[in-house]
Amino acid sequence: MKALKSLALATAVSALALGAQADTKIGMITTLSGGGAGLGVDVRDGFMLAIEAAGRDDVEVVIEDDQRKPESAVQIADQMIQSEKVDIMTGIIWSNLAMAVVPSATAQGVFYLSPNAGPSVLAGKRCHQNYFNVAWQNDNLHEAAGAYANDAGLKNSYILAPNYPAGKDALTGYKRMYDGGLAGETYTKLGQTDYAAEIAQIRASGADSVYFFLPGGMGISFLKQYADSGVDLPVVGPAFSFDQGILQAVGAAALGVKNTSQWNKDLDNAANATFVSAFQEKYGRLPSLYASQGYDTANLILSALDKADVKDQDAFRAALQAAEFDSVRGDFKFGPNNHPVQNIYVREVIQEGDVFTNKIVATGLSNHADAYAAECNM
Amino acid sequence: MSLILILEQVLNGLQFGVMLFLMAAGLTLVFGVMGLINLAHGALYMVGAFAAAAVAGATGSFLLALVASLAAAAAAGALVEVTVIRRLYDRDHLDQVLATFALILIFSEGTRWVFGSFPLFLDVPEYLSGPVTLPGGIKYPLYRLTIIAIGLVVGAGLFWLIARTRIGIQIRAGEADREMIAALGVDISKLYTLVFALGAALAGLAGALVGAIQSVQVGMGEPVLILAFVVIVIGGIGSIKGALVGALLVGLTDTLGGVFLPLLFALMMEPATATSLGASLASMLIYILMALVLLVRPSGLFGGSA
Repeated sequence: MKALKSLALATAVSALALGAQADTKIGMITTLSGGGAGLGVDVRDGFMLAIEAAGRDDVEVVIEDDQRKPESAVQIADQMIQSEKVDIMTGIIWSNLAMAVVPSATAQGVFYLSPNAGPSVLAGKRCHQNYFNVAWQNDNLHEAAGAYANDAGLKNSYILAPNYPAGKDALTGYKRMYDGGLAGETYTKLGQTDYAAEIAQIRASGADSVYFFLPGGMGISFLKQYADSGVDLPVVGPAFSFDQGILQAVGAAALGVKNTSQWNKDLDNAANATFVSAFQEKYGRLPSLYASQGYDTANLILSALDKADVKDQDAFRAALQAAEFDSVRGDFKFGPNNHPVQNIYVREVIQEGDVFTNKIVATGLSNHADAYAAECNM
Repeated sequence: MSLILILEQVLNGLQFGVMLFLMAAGLTLVFGVMGLINLAHGALYMVGAFAAAAVAGATGSFLLALVASLAAAAAAGALVEVTVIRRLYDRDHLDQVLATFALILIFSEGTRWVFGSFPLFLDVPEYLSGPVTLPGGIKYPLYRLTIIAIGLVVGAGLFWLIARTRIGIQIRAGEADREMIAALGVDISKLYTLVFALGAALAGLAGALVGAIQSVQVGMGEPVLILAFVVIVIGGIGSIKGALVGALLVGLTDTLGGVFLPLLFALMMEPATATSLGASLASMLIYILMALVLLVRPSGLFGGSA
């Protein structure tokens, strides 16, 4: 086995000398078809924007579509690790897919950098030295929303989320920071498209505000129906229901809504300005937070590759952990469990011309780390 | 829990049921008349929604958008019937499932190819938006009332079509004995294309109506398709009356169950467990209903002896 490895290394080095073959192979598994494809497309586009801007011919990216199915993600991961021999993996959007792929990939000596999913288990008990989360731990944006609710003087929230693990993480995160009372707590069906029943309950509950975590199409449906119902309580949510990809589909119904995000296109730093204009120029649309996470993930990998060879795992890991790259979020650093310690902002949905987008109105939580780091023993 | 809230939830259940009826009517006709399991019915629903969103975006008219959804879904349905479905009538159900499943993938990726991966915008028109106050002080969105009305009108129109017109007679005859009406000189393949296009148009209309209050995105039809199958199994395959009753039953059960089960559990256990357990059980409720109906009437409420 050792002989085989050094043979492979020798081949890689000689290939590099010939300039024919990349010596760092990155495998990206993400969702490019089906209902959740918008998120995967954004992560991929942001990631590839950074890779192409770097202009390195020693980095090769293999991209596969997981169709949002855990079983196909696992299959693709096996194939990437065993026959493609990738060094680094990334790309997974959904927490349930991440849970299926990440532990076995890191156990096989591959680096995994998450551009989106951050399930609590992987931040705590089952953290791994080769697993880095570049986006956030799942609870983070919801915690910031809870903190914002206190600042805004909200005392009686009605909270709802889909009945699946990330939905429960979301409401747990909100309640961790929120000090007020609850007018009601509802778990909806995952993929539910009609919220008339829930909205009627909100109307009858006497709440002073609504907090909801309904990613993707679920959030579009909820907001349109909420706006049409005549209930006019203030709504707070995480960025997932107000990202650039779906705001146009929601339309004016989302105007003025406060939401929490670790990134926005108006964050004032040079890296972000470059990113936003380059993304718009290349793809003809505004970037979303998913795109920013893909872009940061790629730049983090590139910064580590500048310092160390990926085959020298300890050096490469240290280079990743140092996170010396220009993040579009401004300051970026990893905590002890390789999850970000970062600011989370409060944004408001606004209209610029005929495009709906967000602007930052406050900082929700500063230098916020996740609640599971203490459970992690690496 | 006030009476007003209960009434409002009953209206919500009715509206959901009526929308399911539009989907299930086409499905049950196609299954009843041609014996075909059409998994691609949800794709036609999506086609209707996308056509409506595109036309509404270009012209700003919701009525034109509805017309476009009917036309686009009917055209897609007729095209698919002539090119693919026609070859499946004599095959067994497994082949039909395979071929129509392939159609789902083709429609989904085709739509993505044309419209991109991001959800489209389709909104309730100005004159139908906002709530109205009903007798008794219930505030209810006007648009949802409109959906209930449209669904009931379409339902009445279908009953009239099936019971009172020549085409309806042929459709009923086709359900009862295919070979015989072919022998009597009815152009069976034209009839099949017509029925299929009619079912597709209804699905497209449902997609457009619902698209205005939900999200117009690739893959939106499949969750509804599953419910539509539950409806026609409960109602009895091939029966329009069964589809209507089944759809309303499923709509009401699903909505009211989702509201009242968590409340019921909350009387017996702590709130967090109650909401989560209630929500889980509520999502099973319609399948439990289906199982109960099948226990008592194995061919559905209005099904003949198949």
